[in-house]
Order: sequence, then C-alpha cells, then structure tokens
Amino acid sequence: MGKMLWALLKRDVSLIVMRRQDGLTVVAFFVIVTTLFPLGVGPELEILREVGPGVVWVAALLASLVSLERLFGDDYRDGTLEQLALLPCPLALVALVKVAAHWVSLGVPLVLLSPLLGYSLGLEGMELVILALSLVLGTPMLSLIGAVGAALTLGLRGGGALMALLILPLYVPVLILGSGGVVEVMYGEAAHAHLSLLGALLALGVPLAPLAVAGALRIVLD
Amino acid sequence: MWSGVGDFLAMGGYAPWVWGSYGVFAVLLILEAVLLARRRRQVRDRLTRRLRRERADQVREVREA
Amino acid sequence: MFRKIPWFKFSSPPNFYWLADRLTPWLWGGAAILGIMGLYVGFFVAPPDYQQGDSYRIMFIHVPTAWMGMFIYLLIALYSVIFLTWRIKMADVMAIALAPTGALMTFLSLWTGALWGAPTWGTYWVWDARLTSTLILLFLYLGYMALHAAVDDREKGARAASLLALVGVVNVPIIYFSVEWWHSLHQGMSVTLTDAPSMAASMFAAMLLMTGACWLYSAAIALRRAQVEALEREAGNPWVQDELLGAEEGGDAATAAEASGDLQREVRS
Repeated sequence: MGKMLWALLKRDVSLIVMRRQDGLTVVAFFVIVTTLFPLGVGPELEILREVGPGVVWVAALLASLVSLERLFGDDYRDGTLEQLALLPCPLALVALVKVAAHWVSLGVPLVLLSPLLGYSLGLEGMELVILALSLVLGTPMLSLIGAVGAALTLGLRGGGALMALLILPLYVPVLILGSGGVVEVMYGEAAHAHLSLLGALLALGVPLAPLAVAGALRIVLD
Repeated sequence: MWSGVGDFLAMGGYAPWVWGSYGVFAVLLILEAVLLARRRRQVRDRLTRRLRRERADQVREVREA
Repeated sequence: MFRKIPWFKFSSPPNFYWLADRLTPWLWGGAAILGIMGLYVGFFVAPPDYQQGDSYRIMFIHVPTAWMGMFIYLLIALYSVIFLTWRIKMADVMAIALAPTGALMTFLSLWTGALWGAPTWGTYWVWDARLTSTLILLFLYLGYMALHAAVDDREKGARAASLLALVGVVNVPIIYFSVEWWHSLHQGMSVTLTDAPSMAASMFAAMLLMTGACWLYSAAIALRRAQVEALEREAGNPWVQDELLGAEEGGDAATAAEASGDLQREVRS
C-alpha cells in the first residue's frame, strides 16, 4: 500500500511539474497580487511594512484558492478519480497523498518566494524568517481545507466562485495566526504562540480533513 | 416612565437607532412570513392543478379503453 | 418517557406534515404572546441604562437574534449528522428549511449591532471580535445554502451541504477563538463592547422573553418551510394527493382508485 501511495505522489507531483504552465501561473498570480498592493496603497515603506504580513498572507490565500480547481478537476474529468477510489486502500489516504502532492508542487514555491516579497514590502531579518515559517506551517492547512471545498464543488457549474464562498471563511483562523505571528515579531515580541497554534491546527487538519475530502468525493462519485 | 407618546418616540434622543433596529427587525420577519405563505400557496395550487390534470387523464384513458 | 415518544414516526413526511400542521398555530401564538410581553417589559418596565440611556434597548433584539443565529447553525449541523447517518430525508428538509431563517437572524444581529454601535462607539462598524465572527457565520450560512442549491441532483446536493455544515461546525469554535485572540492583540485599534454594567432583572427578563419569541418564530417558520419543501419533493406520493385533493373531493387516493375501477367496470358492461 505504501508503494502504491508513493507512486501516486510521484505521479501527481510530476504531472504538475510537467505542466509547467499551471504551476507558474499560480506563482505568478501570487507575485502579481502582492505587487498590486504598493501600487494601490502607495510606495511609502512604513505603510507597506504595516500591512506587509497581511498582504503576503492574503495573496497566499488567493493563490491557494485559484490552484485548487485543478486538484481533483482533471482526474475527475478523465475518470482517473473513479479508478483511484477503487484502490485497495482508504480513499482518505489517497486524498491525503493528493493534497501532499499539491502542496509540494504549489505550496512550496510560495514559501520560497515569500521572503523576497516580504522584503519588497519592507519586512526585514527575523520577520522574513517568521513569515516563511508561518507559511510552511500554514499553506499545508490551506491545501487541506481547500481540498474539502474542491471536492464538494467538483463538477459544478460556476464551481470556482462557489468554492471561494465555501472555503475563504474557513481560511480565517490560518490567516489570523499566520500574519499575526509576523506582526508579533515586528513589535519585538516572540511568535511562538502563533506558530504553535498553527502547528496545532495542522495536527488537527492532517487526520480530519482527508476524511471530509473522502466523504465529499464519495458523494460526487456515487 | 415615559411622559407621553412624543417622549416615547424620541427614545431619549436615540430614536433613529432604536426604531431603525426594531423597524428592520419587524419588517424582515413579517416579510419572511408573508413570502413563505405566498410560496406555500403557490406550491399547493401548482401541485393541486397537476394532480387534478393527471386524474382527469386517468379517467379519460379508462373511458377510451 | 423519552423512549415512548415515537421519534421515527415523525420522520416520515406525511406524519411530519400532520404534526407541523398541529404545531405551527401554537408556535405562532406563543411567539406573538412572548413578543408582546417582551416588548412591554423592554420598553415600559426596564429603566434607561445610566450610561447608554435608551439606546441599550436595541439589546432586546440584538442578543436574541445573535443567539438564534448560532443556535440554528448548530441545529443544522445536528440535522445534517442525522441525515448523513440514517439517511432520513426529513432531517435534510428541516436543515435546509432552517437555513434562511438562521441567515436572517444572523443578518439582523449584525444590523442591530451596527445601529447600537453608532451611538455607543460613534461608528456603525468596528472590527469587534463578536461582530467579526458573526459576519463569518453569515458567510457560512450563505455557503451552505449556495452549495445545497448548486447541485442538480437533490440527494447529492443535500449530502454535500450536510458534509459542509459538519466541516463548518467543527470550524466555528476555532474561528471564534482565533477572531477573539486576533482582536485582543489589536486591542488599541478598536473598542470592545462590554455588557451593560449592571443589568437590572427587568432588562434580563425582557431579553429572555424576546429570545423565546424569536425561538418560537424560527420554529414556526422552519416547520412551515419544511412542509412546502416536503410537498415539492414528494409530489408524486399518495399522501400529497390526500393532502391536496382529499379535502375538497371528500375522498382519498384509495377511493379515487376505487372510483376509477367502478368506471372501468361500467364501461365494460
């Protein structure tokens, strides 16, 4: 079973990496959204610094949202998903592996780019480290929650807007904890509490979210 | 407690907010009830008409047979 | 006692329809009586607050609607569990019948909160922890209703929306605490609403009476909406024919069938 799941992980990652276009689009989206804020707010670094952590985090939220339609969409359309549901291992594990592949290929680039974007908004030193760390802990959670919404809206007309309505309210805690941690550091406090709570959310999400995803996929495939 | 109707309506100077709250509260609840009653009547009428038509068709079929 | 109540009897649509017909007049009446009593106590017995004057009287509808908004979401989640576990269709009918009323209550609590905030804080909207989490609750309601309506297959839509309600209800406490925490970290930037410093017994009584009124109102509306929903979904079933045609033609589906049988014999002979 382990081998099977590993093969699935490799397949999903290489699919996303091969279709370079998709991955790059999401990363470009992340960068462009962040770039729009200085243009809208003004170039004063003091102001940008104030809103910087929130801007990077909101951009990460939106980037994760736009990347989610592909998570199950292609496999659903070409029938692969039905085959995956027939694998002799729990559908929840298959879902977890697909989410992991999604995060490795799309979440990690966001994490790697975030210090650069944070720097352009006037964050510095430790703040950038915490920003990247909070994204390391937070983006998997975004993928997990997002997968539930993606599975629930699979195959629906206008699924994208509906998915945003379903998922964004559930993203709120991750956003608060993630950007809050960086703000703490900005005011000379420690970010332990925020990062530990993000970790706690992730520890809850890893076992629970795949169950919900599996449930939603079963409804769609029935 | 209130010295008259005018005093009551003035709500100690907070009339717009107090009556704005209670007014919208009352209007929306009544509107919800009225709309629901209308929808109920429409659904019942529509289904009744359909059932009558089906029954009439049945009778006609039997007659023709 | 608890076991003697035939719970599952009322999960069948015709029995539910019958029960709802019997219950709603009482619920309407109760809501009206409690509402009138609450308004009387709230406006003519409760004294003005020594700090907020008469503006605090908004509390008598603000707090009950906020409570109902949260309570109804929990009820929807409960019905969703029942629906997903036992596949009792009426549980989903009740859940979707409750949702618009829950959203309305949540909206009203935001509206009254804003109008209460204007004289108290000097602004209609502050990013207060409670207002913010209530706003997110409203989004959860909208998402639930949108998903329920978006799926063409009614059964699938019901199951998907039920699952979403469960995911939502697990998240509600997390959202609530994170917003509370977020707010406490940004304390300097906004004002927090504190409860009336000394709540007189009459104020509390008015609030409870209005809560009772809102609760009975919501129950009556939800039962009525569930009736309509049940009629639409079960349109082809004999009990709907009895319900709609039975009264006016003095016979039920069985006698109608008998009548058509008579007719058939008549025609043959």
